[in-house]
Amino acid sequence: MTALLLTLFLPLIGALLVLFVDKTLEKFIRYFTLGTSILTFLVSLALLFAFDPNNPNIQFYINQIWISSLDTGFRIGMDGMSLLIVMLTTFLSPIAILASFDSIHHRQKEYYFMILILQFAMTGVFIAMDTFLFYIFWELILIPMYFIIGIWGGKNKIYATVKFFIFTIVGSLFMLLGIIWLSQYVGNHILTTGFTTDYLLIKDAAPSIPLNYQAWLFWAFAVSFFIKVPLFPFHTWLPDAHTEAPTPGSVILAGVLLKMGTYGLIRFNLEFFPQASMEFSSIISWLAVVGIIYGALVAAIQTDIKRLVAYSSVSHLGFVVLGIFSMTAIGLQGAIIQMVNHGLSTGMLFLLVGMIYERRHTRDIAEYGGIARIMPVYATFFAIAMFSSVGLPGLNGFVGEYMTLIGAFTSPILNNWAYTIVAATGVIFAAVYLLWMFQRVFFGTNDNPANHTLKDLTKREWTILIPIVIFIVWIGIYPSTFTNISENSTRKLVNKIEQVKFNRTPYPELDKYIDNLKTDKSVQNKQNNNGK
Amino acid sequence: MGTELLYMLPLAIASFFAIFVPIFDVMSKSNKQVVFYATLLNFVLIIISSINLLVGYYSFYDFSLYFGGYTSIFDSLFSTAAILTLLGTKQYLDKQEYHYKEFYSLLNLALLGMMIINHAGNLLIMFIGIELMSISFFVLAGFIRTKLFSIEASLKYFLLGAFATGFLVYGMAMIYGSTGEIEFSQIAQKIATSNFNFAYMAIGMGLILVGLAFKSSIVPFHQWAPDVYTGAPTNVTSFMSTAGKIAAFVAFILITKHLFLPTDKMIFNALDSTTQITKSAQFIIAILSAMTMIIGNITALVQTNVKRMLAYSSVAHAGYILMGIVSSSINGWAGISFYAAAYIFMQIGAFTVVSIIENKDNSRMNLQDYNGLSKSNPFLAFAMSIFMFSLVGLPPFGGFFGKYFLFYSAIQAGYLWLTVLAVISSLISVYFYIGLIINMYFKDQVNPMEKLHLGTASISIIISIIGILTLGLLPDTLINTAIKVFTNF
Repeated sequence: MTALLLTLFLPLIGALLVLFVDKTLEKFIRYFTLGTSILTFLVSLALLFAFDPNNPNIQFYINQIWISSLDTGFRIGMDGMSLLIVMLTTFLSPIAILASFDSIHHRQKEYYFMILILQFAMTGVFIAMDTFLFYIFWELILIPMYFIIGIWGGKNKIYATVKFFIFTIVGSLFMLLGIIWLSQYVGNHILTTGFTTDYLLIKDAAPSIPLNYQAWLFWAFAVSFFIKVPLFPFHTWLPDAHTEAPTPGSVILAGVLLKMGTYGLIRFNLEFFPQASMEFSSIISWLAVVGIIYGALVAAIQTDIKRLVAYSSVSHLGFVVLGIFSMTAIGLQGAIIQMVNHGLSTGMLFLLVGMIYERRHTRDIAEYGGIARIMPVYATFFAIAMFSSVGLPGLNGFVGEYMTLIGAFTSPILNNWAYTIVAATGVIFAAVYLLWMFQRVFFGTNDNPANHTLKDLTKREWTILIPIVIFIVWIGIYPSTFTNISENSTRKLVNKIEQVKFNRTPYPELDKYIDNLKTDKSVQNKQNNNGK
Repeated sequence: MGTELLYMLPLAIASFFAIFVPIFDVMSKSNKQVVFYATLLNFVLIIISSINLLVGYYSFYDFSLYFGGYTSIFDSLFSTAAILTLLGTKQYLDKQEYHYKEFYSLLNLALLGMMIINHAGNLLIMFIGIELMSISFFVLAGFIRTKLFSIEASLKYFLLGAFATGFLVYGMAMIYGSTGEIEFSQIAQKIATSNFNFAYMAIGMGLILVGLAFKSSIVPFHQWAPDVYTGAPTNVTSFMSTAGKIAAFVAFILITKHLFLPTDKMIFNALDSTTQITKSAQFIIAILSAMTMIIGNITALVQTNVKRMLAYSSVAHAGYILMGIVSSSINGWAGISFYAAAYIFMQIGAFTVVSIIENKDNSRMNLQDYNGLSKSNPFLAFAMSIFMFSLVGLPPFGGFFGKYFLFYSAIQAGYLWLTVLAVISSLISVYFYIGLIINMYFKDQVNPMEKLHLGTASISIIISIIGILTLGLLPDTLINTAIKVFTNF
């Protein structure tokens, strides 16, 4: 539990300390921020080892009442699904910070303050077990991200950051309405204990809300998450924000922020409103499929490398949403592993684009050509990231896409092969746009004299990229390390959903396990009482 | 008897200082400091004595005045607003070269007026309070009488205000005619037993509603507000648009609680017509609230003058506060108290920043004058962005939690559509609040602003920031206290 608290609060403490450092000590601030972030990662490893993957319930649960009259508390905890994404967050943050050393040159103190606050809020989103607390972290993301794009962004930064801010807040204010209404309804009409925002209480009570209310609540939450994901047709903020953000900003945005949307869909929409989720699963899955194809097609015609990678996110996140709304254990697990994959591979692509941008100050594909001969190491890393993103077997992208497609194929709720068949063509398109771009940038003749003097990767850039490559290969070859963690949590959710729809539990052994836990506890309690 | 005297202390202190500060003023002709510190002392004493009273949740009613309970909350809020204004003012008046001591006496009188409204137990006493407050504000708005804007503001406010007062007092007369009582509790009793004249009552309620809506600048009676708020000295605006408005809302709470929407345990087996009146009054107020939020925010959207933008935004915030009146429940009133506290900190903070930045000749108040503020005056830019984020209603700032609680109370009262409109209008408001931050942080100016001298205003800004953060992160104390005092209301 201490580890969880430290994982959450270390970045905040670091950020507050940064405030008190003199702003001329830029080097100190940089390394201090990096140190804080690495320390957080090490602490979060302790979580990984202490976590019991057999237990599908919320672990490391902390319940501290905060606003007593509204039964709102500082409630945090994690299950297998949140653990993986929290690990992704703590892993990508130091990498993004290290990448900032090269790409952020002015107002450094403010920058590192913002990025630590951002890490704090992101971690909070994934471990909050209280709807109110979740909302606070969710909105807290906006402020640092707004400044990061707006101050350190590219040419068109103001337009991009305002668009990002307004899109997000449109969704989240309706989610706020949903949260209040839900807490009110659950508290006063179902539990009759008064307003509550306790996630665990709502989770059990919310599925019994009548379907017509559930539908409204479902959309109040879902629109906010869809905007964040972004699901077609809510995606238009994403290319602008990604393109204009500084490299580390893009890495965090693609790597972690987009996952908040998909995580929210699992954590809230499926858990709270299983009936409404099934009702709308086909519409949403079609949107996801359209997003996969559309994102890929639009990416193919981009002339800016960064914009191309941004559109590829729309396509990749489509797979995640498809996996989630297949509502099968394998689809959900695929979605989670695909979230991690996307964070790694797209994050790495953004880093690589940032590295060449630092050298040439352009991202126009036409400006390059034949780079592979001058920067062989760079080209190799780029190829790895690209193949991971395409979904080459043996690398991580394949595992995630394969699992989500299988999930959608076998889903008793979607009950239609068409989704999988259409979505699978997205994999081919991904190969088209990425390989074509790779060919134009790295092969061919090196005509542009500006490219002749390019230098290959520095040591720092090696350090940034190597850890990501390790995980790309690891997940590709032996995904069980990661899927085991989330397995039981997803199965428990699927049990709940199928219970509602078909009145059956596909994974009965979990219920037994939970019952055992309960009896264990009651036995222990009895023994304790006897001891007293 | 001893404790009861203690409960009367805040009002007694305020009255004492309101009467004697002008006398100190005359006696110490040359020394401005004495009056300043006497006023400060007054405000601090009121805060201390009222907060002290909140611990016991005790309240009683005597001499047609309420003591203790909710009055202590609002007393301390008013005097907090007064302190923040006072600290910001010194600097401003020096800059305008118009530092006269009468300002402080008027501030004391205005505060006393607000506190009388707050303690009022019958229509006449409430009227006295409203008048005392309004007349002080008429003078304060035109305080810098060498400036045309200021005089215009004062005159406009006075003429329209006098007109609105006419409505108010006429409405009160009607209600007296209808029920034969001026005490709130007695009137409520008569309504509950259907012992009143229906026609007079309906007219009276309508007139009072207009009068109060004017005082709290609710659409469509808000037309005076932007002009007056822009023309008046900035610090006067900050006091008027926060404490003054909240005082009007306290009057609103008292009137609606006793006259319009008697929702408490009283046996309400009245005629259908009475229920009808209550229902339609609630609906009308809900519509006013919706209009205020939406029109206030849309008009603020197109302003280029920061002070005027804040003036319109203060109109919009009146709409949010009105949601608490609509729900007319313990949660609604507690929400109003909380929102009032957050609103005081964020609005006064924002106006203080404006007052520091503006020039002597009322220039440097446009949006583009704020370009690059984060480089020339980082502290001001930082403070202003916190106030803006709080006004938008982003967590973890006080404004967010206030909105959250008001939304909750409205949803609980069955006014979901009103909450949806409130959400939509908050969305509209995002654009202009965020726009100011864009100017401060993302744009640059050709001639950067000089490093501005803050003086005591910095204390006021820091208190505001701390207040906003405390309300946002630890809302528990205030909201629980508010719920408790309104349970015994």
